Amino acid sequence: MSRTKIKKHSSSVWMILPLYFFTLVFVAGPLIYMVALSFAQPGSGSAVEWNLTLENYKKILDPVYLQTFRESFQLALTSTVIICILGYPFGYFMAKMSESWKKKAMLLLMLPFWINSLIRLYGWIIILQNRGILNHVLKTLGIIDKPLKLLYSYPAIVVGMVYVLLPFMILSVYSSAEKLDWSLVEAARDLGAGKIKAFWTVSFKLTLPGLLSGVILTFIPSMGLFFIADILGGNKIVLVGSLIQEQMTRGSNWPFAAALAVVLMILTSLMIGLYRKITNVKELEGIG
Amino acid sequence: MELKNIRKGFSDEEEVLKGISLSIGKGEFITLLGSSGCGKTTTLRIIAGLEQPDAGQVFLDGRDVTSLNPEDRDINTVFQNYALFPHMNVADNIGYGLKLKKIPKAEIRRKVTEMLELVQLPGYEKRKPSELSGGQKQRVAIARALINNPQVLLLDEPLGALDLQLRRAMQAELKRLQKKLGITFIYITHDQEEAINMSDRIAVMNHGTFEQIGTPDEIYNHPRTSYVATFVGNANILKGKAENTKDGKVTVAIAGGHMAAACEDDSIRAGESVTLAVRSENIRIQEECSCGLQAKVEEKSFAAGQLRVVLRLADGSELVASRYGIDAKVEQGQTVSVCFAPEDAVFVDRSGEEKNEQD
Repeated sequence: MSRTKIKKHSSSVWMILPLYFFTLVFVAGPLIYMVALSFAQPGSGSAVEWNLTLENYKKILDPVYLQTFRESFQLALTSTVIICILGYPFGYFMAKMSESWKKKAMLLLMLPFWINSLIRLYGWIIILQNRGILNHVLKTLGIIDKPLKLLYSYPAIVVGMVYVLLPFMILSVYSSAEKLDWSLVEAARDLGAGKIKAFWTVSFKLTLPGLLSGVILTFIPSMGLFFIADILGGNKIVLVGSLIQEQMTRGSNWPFAAALAVVLMILTSLMIGLYRKITNVKELEGIG
Repeated sequence: MELKNIRKGFSDEEEVLKGISLSIGKGEFITLLGSSGCGKTTTLRIIAGLEQPDAGQVFLDGRDVTSLNPEDRDINTVFQNYALFPHMNVADNIGYGLKLKKIPKAEIRRKVTEMLELVQLPGYEKRKPSELSGGQKQRVAIARALINNPQVLLLDEPLGALDLQLRRAMQAELKRLQKKLGITFIYITHDQEEAINMSDRIAVMNHGTFEQIGTPDEIYNHPRTSYVATFVGNANILKGKAENTKDGKVTVAIAGGHMAAACEDDSIRAGESVTLAVRSENIRIQEECSCGLQAKVEEKSFAAGQLRVVLRLADGSELVASRYGIDAKVEQGQTVSVCFAPEDAVFVDRSGEEKNEQD
């Protein structure tokens, strides 16, 4: 008995080893390389000269780039707030549906994932453009006279962000609302809480971990999804993601791109840390 | 507290509650007893307001509360799975109801301490429900319901998840609490022993109706239906024909033999089909008595210090005899004579009830 147990244990270590190796080579490796690169100097073309310098970080303090960071943050924040408002009730009520409706809702939610998100974003161009479906509908209904300039605007980017990232929020909230014991809500009602009070003191508190992980799942990507801003924003608004991409391709300045990426990473980590502190998530996560 | 003709069905074909009525006195300890699926939990949920009846009314203190939300009823519930809020500590759980009533914090704290002393858990304020044992969770759930000082406390199989020893202790404690506070308790259980130990009155439920409502003594010693007799008293059911009545005794023809049974009223006519209930401990085997029934011993076993003998009568019906000690010298396959004292037999399923019971 004990012999097989030991054998099993040691073999499982060997099974996990490739995973450690993979993580080391493909996650930790590039990260270290990126940080190192951010202290290097750009050479001619896309070459890099390994002279230690803080030049790249000083460059970020330029008001133009600071503005980029601010705008990215604003956009990510706006998108995340809208995603919370739309996604939380969706996920919450999905968990309350009957089994057969749950399956249908889940299928509808997963369906868009079968199509490349780039192609789906081009779909939004068709909807939002001057002679697009939305303008057409609004005109026929007599709400507007002249087509609205919807595409290539800030709201268009927000729409794109919300559209792409909403499912992550819904699924995250759904999975924690699914685990919610509804008899707790009944107990709250029984003890004198109205529907709304019972929701805020019990259901919401217990699904908060789902909302939080949804926020993390949507806030971080929305800082970096440059192609949404490019496609629906028409390059009018430059986000940190776009800036990094630009520095790596057209600008041929990899060290500066690396410095931007490092700053972005630190900022998002700080945000998450702050958020976790505010919502006191540890206490809630302890419930499991 | 009164229930009037409550009906409830979850699907078109199945009716969970078939028009039940019950009137409960102030400060009474009443138990709804029945096997799972008999509708007792649904009844409780309707009283609590967590479920709406299809028809009928619920009265509390003379007021119709049928359409009232659970939060507006002066009724609290101890749930089967306790339903303690996992994100709050014990003190916040117990004080939840008072906090909703906007009672000052200091007073809530004082009352919570008081409640914890009442349920014998002093000093547990800061614990989380996940750090409590089953019995402790149970006490917290009771404290959380009782702190609101409701008119009626509903308890849905509150001791079901506890082990036997703890269950006995909690039974006594619940009874003590109920007497001390004078609150009406409506208690749900499928355990007949629990029901008999604790209740002032028992309502035996079966298939969405009340089979019998009465004191533990009435339910145990004078069951009116064969269901009550078997469920509460582990009785044997014997079907036969009444032959003649004399001096409050009825002779009944059963499985080729004749047995006498005591009957308090003279409502039984000769020739009538009757059903007798005789508890297994009152069945005597191979003893001198004038009127024995022939039976074959099918099985003999010991359980909890009791000898249990399964007998087969001539008409194929089964009979169980049980008693303490191991004095019966019967062997498997042996044919024995079986009898019971006239006063140990009870006529069940009579007149009104008969219509419901007979297929």
